[in-house]
Amino acid sequence: MTDVNVSSPDDAAQHPDLDPPDVTSEHEAAPLVTTFGELAEMGHTPAELDPDAPPVLEVENLRMYFPVKSPGLVRRTVGHVQAVDGVSFQVPEGGSLGLVGDSGCGKSTTGRLITRLYKPTSGSMMFQGQDLAGLSYRQMKPLRRNIQMIFQDPYTSLNPRHTVGTIVGAPLIVHKIIPKNKVLARVQEILEVVGLNPEHYNRYPNEFSGGQRQRIGIARALTLNPKLLVADEPVSALDVSIQAQVVNLLQDLQREFNIAFLFIAHDLAVVRHFCPEVAVMYLGKIVEIADRDTLYSHSHHPYTQALLSAVPDIKQAAIGGRRERIRLEGDVPSPINPPSGCRFRTRCSLAQEICAKVEPPLLQIGARHKVACHFAGELGAHPVRPVTAGLLGVDDQGSPSSNGSVESPKLSPGYEKTWFDVRSQQMTSA
Amino acid sequence: MFAYVVKRLLSGVVVIALVSLSVFLLFFKGPSSPAQPICDRDTGNRCTPARLEIFERNLGFDNPWYTEYGTFVKGIFVGREIQFGNATIYECPAPCLGYSYRTKVPVFEELKERIPASFSVAIGGAALYLLLGIPIGVAAARRRGTVTDKALVSSFLVISSVPYYLFALLMWLFLTVQWEIPLISDTGYFPFTENPAKWFSGMALAWIALGIFGCTTYTRYSRGSMVETLSEDYIRTAKAKGLPPRTVVYKHALRSALVPVITIFGIEFGTLLAGTIFTERIFNIDGIGYWSLQAVTAKDLPVVAAVAIFSATVLIIANILVDIVYSVLDPRVRLS
Amino acid sequence: MTTATPGSDSATSDDAYLVVEDLSVSFPTEDGMVTAVSDLSYRVELGKTLGIVGESGSGKSVSSMAVLGLHDAKSSQITGSIRVGGTEVIGLSENRMRKLRGNSVAMIFQDALAALHPFYKVGDQLSEAYLVHHGDSSKRDARRKSIEMLDRVGIPQPDRRVDDFPHQFSGGMRQRAMIAMGLINDPKLLIADEPTTALDVTVQAQILDLLQDLQREFNSAVIMITHDLGVIAEMADDVLVMYAGRGVEYGSCKELLTHPEMPYTWGLLSSVADVTSDTSARLIPIPGNPPSLLSPPSGCAFHPRCVHRQKVPGDLCATTMPPLSPGKRGDAHLKRCHLPDPDAIYQTEVLPEIAPDLVERT
Repeated sequence: MTDVNVSSPDDAAQHPDLDPPDVTSEHEAAPLVTTFGELAEMGHTPAELDPDAPPVLEVENLRMYFPVKSPGLVRRTVGHVQAVDGVSFQVPEGGSLGLVGDSGCGKSTTGRLITRLYKPTSGSMMFQGQDLAGLSYRQMKPLRRNIQMIFQDPYTSLNPRHTVGTIVGAPLIVHKIIPKNKVLARVQEILEVVGLNPEHYNRYPNEFSGGQRQRIGIARALTLNPKLLVADEPVSALDVSIQAQVVNLLQDLQREFNIAFLFIAHDLAVVRHFCPEVAVMYLGKIVEIADRDTLYSHSHHPYTQALLSAVPDIKQAAIGGRRERIRLEGDVPSPINPPSGCRFRTRCSLAQEICAKVEPPLLQIGARHKVACHFAGELGAHPVRPVTAGLLGVDDQGSPSSNGSVESPKLSPGYEKTWFDVRSQQMTSA
Repeated sequence: MFAYVVKRLLSGVVVIALVSLSVFLLFFKGPSSPAQPICDRDTGNRCTPARLEIFERNLGFDNPWYTEYGTFVKGIFVGREIQFGNATIYECPAPCLGYSYRTKVPVFEELKERIPASFSVAIGGAALYLLLGIPIGVAAARRRGTVTDKALVSSFLVISSVPYYLFALLMWLFLTVQWEIPLISDTGYFPFTENPAKWFSGMALAWIALGIFGCTTYTRYSRGSMVETLSEDYIRTAKAKGLPPRTVVYKHALRSALVPVITIFGIEFGTLLAGTIFTERIFNIDGIGYWSLQAVTAKDLPVVAAVAIFSATVLIIANILVDIVYSVLDPRVRLS
Repeated sequence: MTTATPGSDSATSDDAYLVVEDLSVSFPTEDGMVTAVSDLSYRVELGKTLGIVGESGSGKSVSSMAVLGLHDAKSSQITGSIRVGGTEVIGLSENRMRKLRGNSVAMIFQDALAALHPFYKVGDQLSEAYLVHHGDSSKRDARRKSIEMLDRVGIPQPDRRVDDFPHQFSGGMRQRAMIAMGLINDPKLLIADEPTTALDVTVQAQILDLLQDLQREFNSAVIMITHDLGVIAEMADDVLVMYAGRGVEYGSCKELLTHPEMPYTWGLLSSVADVTSDTSARLIPIPGNPPSLLSPPSGCAFHPRCVHRQKVPGDLCATTMPPLSPGKRGDAHLKRCHLPDPDAIYQTEVLPEIAPDLVERT
């Protein structure tokens, strides 16, 4: 008779509120500040945009399609989940780009594509002159030092059977960067940088709190001195007060080591603080990308506007009641069979015939502002007639005009010096 | 679901074919000739190379292995004729698994005779250990940490630490020889159709041995699985709805907790059905296990091969059934 | 130690549907006795929403589970008083407690996928919730009621979805289904434990809309437990801030969020980014880590992390636990802090750093 061992967790009586008691609190590396003034100095204002910084990563027309197999005896591919469908953007050196959107928009998949956890179906990802998209696994290996990832869940992204020292030191050993006898010193150095006690390298992840575990994950990502960090929801699983600590830490690290960030999150407020530039995704496409002020105060895409209006606002307490918001009808469509033309049209109050016929291009409409909408405009000031009709060579209903075919304007991942102004419907410059 | 079952059955057939081929090759390509044991037996251990050659020729072992395998497979479907050392031709009707070297009876006939015995042992024993093990495991899980729980777990640990054969032997010794408990002391298989009462009393000791020993493992599985399930969020929801404790445990928790237990059970039961050597030997039951033991001792190759194929078949069917039951219990599992 | 509660004039003190007084909850763990909740007092009236704010270890979930009697009676020690609609719940027999659960007091949880049984149809789970408290109803009645509730919470095609399993719903729909299950017996008190934390922003807004509509319709008392101050700001009438198992600030939502009087609340406000905040506002974290409940700090539990300790004479913060009492802002605003004039500190020191645009010009 076989004797399979099924674990019997006698200690399963975990109460929901009792996080593992913080055994390390008395060994905090940094001394506690004593005045509010000192503490305020440690806190950061939102990061500033450096418009002249060259891009460290340039992504053009990136696509990731996952095949869907049919059920039954013979498994044929019957369709594709169009998780990421033609996104283009740039991440400036030492800067941050935020990527926001509801679940299923493809932002996490994009993050995994950048780190080559998936191989893109098509498109290019230029990093320091090399296109990462087509490289083989072996060719990628030395490049992985430059692009690292921080994961969302600090409780499941660390191997519970490895000590902190092993977790943080593993990249150094894998890439044979420094001799084995120097690894420990480097690990301790990095632990201190992220605010952990360097003496704790022999402890296991379950002895740390959530915020500290996230720091361990950050430390691991830092060991190879990456130029770009993809942070996939790095703080959403943490308590509010710890979120601020980790965000500040990331800002410190960015300044000190000149690391660029691709910051993926669904918390619009945190993204606003950390990223001078933000891209909004919907169903695999970027619908709007702009610098912070423009996006949050002068967004032009109806989805962005709906998203922003849905965020609960603390200031509302002074006024009382709920904020007026834009309500979206319906559910997010399936990414296997997305709507024709503009993917947002099934839930958009502005949708007209042209939206179903012609997909709006991600058009530059400001110095650092691109939008993919035929009726792009500020809230309450959307145009009645499609602004893109002339550019694309179609009439107001989306049917091709005299030329006979739809023109697509040339779209590059970066920003041009001239752009299409939606109010005057002409090309202008700064 | 239908397509899934068909797919699994097809791949099951492939596995059975592979098993039969491997067994066949093992004997065919073994160091000594597969005809050696029958030659020894039939000639009263005076097997000369010349006589061996006759046996080999008659049994077809001088042909290439793929031809013989083909004949073997064909025999399963349409039957064939088998010859040994002399001119006697034995008819082997379909499905022909060969003739037993020891008894000169078609293997399939002997298998057919013994299936009811092994199945009776298996079904009775399994029913007992499930009926004992699962409720005790659930009870222990509900009283986790108390004296009752600790007493149950430790006593079952003691029982399961004893090797099974020793446990069965001791049981037999005490209940049959020492205390001579009437009725059940007379162990062995008596066909159900002839005398149900005797069938029951003949099997009783075997069932008790299997049942008590087996229930220790199932108590442990169900207890562990139940403890884990009871800490799930949906159990908290069930309590918050105001459901009485019995409903929470038996309707909500048990169904989830049983899933891993049933998975393990299905596979273990498959092994049981293919015959238990210790139980059958100790309790004098003429089942497949005992038969295969005799065959190995007597170097009765066709029987050994047949038992291997039979066990593989039973296990494959058990696996498929387990997967189907799994998908019935858990609606998230869609077999496609 | 008696603690005052807002609105404690006799006219309103009997109106509250839920009255919690000096509640303490302790559990035995491997490392010793842990006091998850100490001396907690609050009240919720019908038609009003109380927001409970806290992080892990604050005791917010433990206290609401105590209202439903969901703690293991044999091992946990619960003292104090919890009165639901006049009935004392602590020490109530399990049978009578079960009559309350899911009936006059209902609870909905954070992760609907984990909180709904994966093996049973959603409709069956709703019907079960109905039938356990309406034993003389038929299965058909229960099913009809389930479909009605699914429709009421905005699930399209409820007569078809009633036979679906939880994994066949989207996240927002599942949460709606759980709300439907909680409300199927018209409870007077609904406790929502982080109901929107796992959801997208747009879906969260829809769920909050739904909860407000349903509260207006049923006139139920609602406790909203969350760590999201924005949700509190928009939904709560009163707010209770919890830290290390104690209430540390209690007042009306508007009052508490515009004139917070406790450094922990300041810390929460300053560590939360805002979509509309000034771009020169700093994100200032609370230093240190949440305290161990096994060996909590002496005196005020927050003092090791408090940067305003210097403003209190002597080492009062380290030796004496401050009482939860009214400050200078009136009887309806309670705070557990030794600082003599917290509002002044907030307006002059903290606010200019975290929200320069909100500083009141005097």
